[in-house]
This record gives sequence, structure tokens and C-alpha cells, in this order.
Amino acid sequence: MSRNSIMPGFRPTIGFTLLYLSLVVLIPLSTLVFKSFQLSWDDYVNIISNKRVLSSFRVSFFTALLAAAIASFFGFIVAWVLVRYSFLGKQFFHALIDFPFALPTAVAGIVLATIFQPSGFLGKFLMQTFGVQVAFKPLGIVMALIFISIPFIVRTVEPVLLEFETTMEEAGASLGASRWQVFTKIIFPNVFPALLTGFALAFARGVGEYGSVIFIAGNIPYISEIVPLLIVTKLEQFDIEGATAIALTMLVISFLLLLLINALQFWVRKRSGQL
Amino acid sequence: MSILLSDISKNFGAFSALNHINLEIPEGELVALLGPSGCGKTTLLRIIAGLERADQGRVLLSGEDKTHQDVSERGIGFVFQHYALFRHMTVFENVAFGLRVKPRRERPSDAAISQKVHALLDLVQLDWLHDRYPDQLSGGQRQRIALARALAVEPSVLLLDEPFGALDASVRKDLRQWLRNLHHDLNVTSIFVTHDQEEAMEVASQVVVLNHGQIEQQGSPSDIYDHPANAFVSRFIGQTNVFDLEQHDSDWLRTAGILTPDQQGKIAHVRPHDIIIEKSSNGADAPATLKDWQHLGALIRLELVKNGANGSAAHVFAEMPNDQFKDLQLNRGDKVDLKIRQAHWFH
Repeated sequence: MSRNSIMPGFRPTIGFTLLYLSLVVLIPLSTLVFKSFQLSWDDYVNIISNKRVLSSFRVSFFTALLAAAIASFFGFIVAWVLVRYSFLGKQFFHALIDFPFALPTAVAGIVLATIFQPSGFLGKFLMQTFGVQVAFKPLGIVMALIFISIPFIVRTVEPVLLEFETTMEEAGASLGASRWQVFTKIIFPNVFPALLTGFALAFARGVGEYGSVIFIAGNIPYISEIVPLLIVTKLEQFDIEGATAIALTMLVISFLLLLLINALQFWVRKRSGQL
Repeated sequence: MSILLSDISKNFGAFSALNHINLEIPEGELVALLGPSGCGKTTLLRIIAGLERADQGRVLLSGEDKTHQDVSERGIGFVFQHYALFRHMTVFENVAFGLRVKPRRERPSDAAISQKVHALLDLVQLDWLHDRYPDQLSGGQRQRIALARALAVEPSVLLLDEPFGALDASVRKDLRQWLRNLHHDLNVTSIFVTHDQEEAMEVASQVVVLNHGQIEQQGSPSDIYDHPANAFVSRFIGQTNVFDLEQHDSDWLRTAGILTPDQQGKIAHVRPHDIIIEKSSNGADAPATLKDWQHLGALIRLELVKNGANGSAAHVFAEMPNDQFKDLQLNRGDKVDLKIRQAHWFH
């Protein structure tokens, strides 16, 4: 491989890659796995099948998936606007998009909790007009996760939209396609793989998110308690085995879901001739 | 379908891309819009297609005013310079696209679509590539697929924007011939944009020469070559030697035998093949010296230097058949006499 490859530097770069992956990803994660091996299988099943743990899993994955889906929709529109139109203050909006990256997530959580709590100004409005309570409910978690995951969508979709050949749209129109058909049959299929990547990133981020969620979620067991919080709670009670058992389970589920998304992405790319 | 453009103007900011264009194209013609880059030819094509709106003027197809109609309703076929094939679709789906987006009432059945697409792919001789993606094709193949895709909707007008611009020379030559034959078979009114005069002359039945957003001349290729309407057209179409009476060329032209008292204009344009060369017998007084020559296949191009009295060394290009050149037995540095068969005079 290294001898026949036209690209030089295979050995040092693969060496560095493996070292990096080992130090930063594999060793910490394997520690988690080994630690949880100290538990017997029955203990493990006991911890995981606890009702409170199960419902926290449900809350975490459900809110993360929903938030990633909603963020994909809005993020796509934001990316579309930023790429396709020029308007006053566009640069400002560009900077604003990255804001959730830079902001400490706890700050975001506190701000969101303040305005969405029943006495906050948006919370009060939603409560009075629609009878919807956001804060201290799973809906609040979704809200916080949308906030932090929008930039992932925008920043993955944006370059693809920028690169998109607009002559393809003109070609579609000249063949008699309506605007909507041009969008659904030409633009969207070309952007979809990137959107899936953004969705995967947003989902991964959402599942692991802690800081912004705990302030708005209310952390009510069985209703709005997320897995990361449960892990922290266990750790605080020096129940390290319990924490690792939950963490490992979460890791495996997340890994499987991401694998699934990757497979889907592979299938989409293959079907659309991008591979 | 005939095309009529009436008083079309288009500005991009302060730049005037098209200036009061009036053009009539009869049904069934294969027309070349020819001009240097930036002359507005592509803009004009896009206005006919409806991809661009004119600031002023009207577009009539078959006598119907289509000025404000959207491109998707005009029933035109457009072939883009860089093909604009749908990357995420197979060749088959690309060609089928125009049929699949038709409203349900007009949409052919899947079997009919399949039959038609394969027939079109046969027409462009690429049916064996039907399940490939555009990225897997060569430039020439992509352009033929783009053409098949445009033909699928049975357009009444076919518009091609520099169709061979991005292809290499040999593929280009083949495709030109092929396009001409295709047009002959289908007889759909077609317009193609090009900056290559040779391409325009070779393919088109009518050539429209554009410059600075205005039509300089419209006519058959031979018309435009033999009777250029002005100095721009004469210079743009084919090779030409330019002689200026006010630049001390008059003596010289008199000995070459074309300066007559009733000639019109002060600038003579002479095609290289209208210059006849003979070995000079009067030595130092000969009007020109043979500097070099190049083989252009059947023709030889001679590069001559005028023996100007004021020492100016302007170059003159002449062309003659190979055999004739061999008979003359000329060497580099030989003095030669010139005769000019005909010239076009401009002011």
C-alpha cells in the first residue's frame, strides 16, 4: 500500500491517525467498557431495566431525534436563504449562526429556561394562547437541542448548496418542470446526503447534550430526565458501576443509530450516483 | 417554428448587452449566433429560451407572443455549454426527466417513456450507457445525452449554448457533422451560439454575426464570407489582410493591380487566397519578400514581408495549393511579385 501509493506520507499519517484515535477515543471508551465488566450480567440488566433509567433513555433519544429532524428542516431553510439571497445584514446572520457553537451551553440553557418558563415572556404567551407549556417538559428539551444543533445543519448543507450548479435548475425548467418539481427532483436529492450528515451530527450532539438541557428540562423523573443527567446523578452518589452501565448502553445505542444513518447515507449516495 | 425578435434590448447595470436587436429566423433553419466573447450572443439565446428577461422588446415563436411566458411553458429545448446533466440521475432518467414532469394527464405511461428514451438514446448512439451516471461519461457523450434530453420533450425550437465549447478538437469535429445531420433528419428550428467562425460556417445554414450587442450581418455562410457587410465581419470571418491607403499602402496596391479610380473606401481587406504570388524578376524593386511558410494540409500559407519604402515591415499572408507552391520553387528570402484578385473596401 505505502510503497505503491502515489500519495506520499501514508505511514506517518496512518500512524498519527491511529495514535490520535487511541489516545482520544479508544482508550477512554475501552476504560468505560472494562469498568462496566466489573458488573455481573444480572446486575447490569437490573440497572438498565430500572423504570426510571428506561424512561430517561426514551426521553433522551426521542428528543434528540425530534430536535435533529426539526433542526434539519429549519437549518436547510436558513442555509438556503444564506446561500441564495443577498440582503442587508447577511454577514451578521452568518456570525449569528455559529453562536451556539461558541456560547457555553449552560448559558443557553439558562436563557431558554428564563424565557420559556411559565412566567417568562415567551412561556407565558405560549401558555395563554395555545395552552402549551415548554419548560420543564420534553418539549423544552427539544427546544434547547434545536438551538444547539441548528449550526450543524446549516454548516453542512451550506457548502453543498454553494457548489450546486444552478444550470441544473435551468435545465429542469427548460424541460417543463415547475418550481416545485425542480426543488423536489433536482435540488433536494443533491443536497439530501449533506442534510443527512448534518442530521447525524445534530443527533449525536443532541443525545450527549447536558448543559443547556438540564436548566430547561426541569429534570422530572419519568418525564423530562435525560440519560446524561442520570449518569451524573449516579456518579454523585458514587455509584460508578451504575453510571458506567448506563453510559455503555447509551454508547452502544448511539453507535448503532449513527451506523444506521451512515448506511442510509451510503445508500442515498450510491443511488444518486455520487459513489 | 419560426422565431421573431423585435427590438430586444438588455442591460446589465451600465453595460448594454443587447441593443435593439431585430431578428427573424424562418422555420427549419439551423442558425449560428456568432460573435466574440461578450458580444451578447448567449444573452440573446437565453432571452429566446426565457431563461432571461429582456428589458425591452418582444419574442415571438410561430407568431405567438411569448415574451412573458416562463421557460417551462415555452416548449423549447436548451442545451447548456457545460451540459447541466442531473448528476444524481442515470442517463436514462436524465433523458426521461422531461416526460416524467409532465402533468399526469399528458404524461406517457412508463412503457411509452422507456420506449421513447431508448429510441432517443439510439439516436445519439449511446443506448449502451443508459444506466451510467453523468460523472462516468466523457464530455462528448455528456453533450449528446444533453441533446437527447432536450429532444425528449419534442421542442419546437432547439437552442444550444456553445454546444461544443468544452470539448476537445477531434470530438468537436465529429459532433459538428453529427449535429448537422441530426438537424437534417429532425428539421427542428435550431439556434446555436458559438465564437468559432469555422464552426458557424461548417454547421449553420444561416449565420448571424453579433458584436457589441448589435447584429452586424445575417446571411448564409457563403454570403457572409464573400460579401462581408463591414470591416468587423470581414475580419472576424476567415483570415484577412488589411491594407490602409493612408498608411502608405497605395503605391503597393497599385502595383498589385487592384487600385482603380472608382474604388470605394480607404481600407482594403484581402483574403489570403486572393493573393497570387510569382517569383520576381526585377530584383530589388520587388514589392515583397518571402519570409516563411506553413503547411495547412492541402494549402500552404505564405508569410510575406512588404518591402515598404519607409522601411515598415508589415506582414502579408497569402495562401495557395500545395502543388502550385512546389512548382514555384521558392526559398526563404526570395523576392516575389504579388497580384491581388479582389479586395473588399471599407471606410
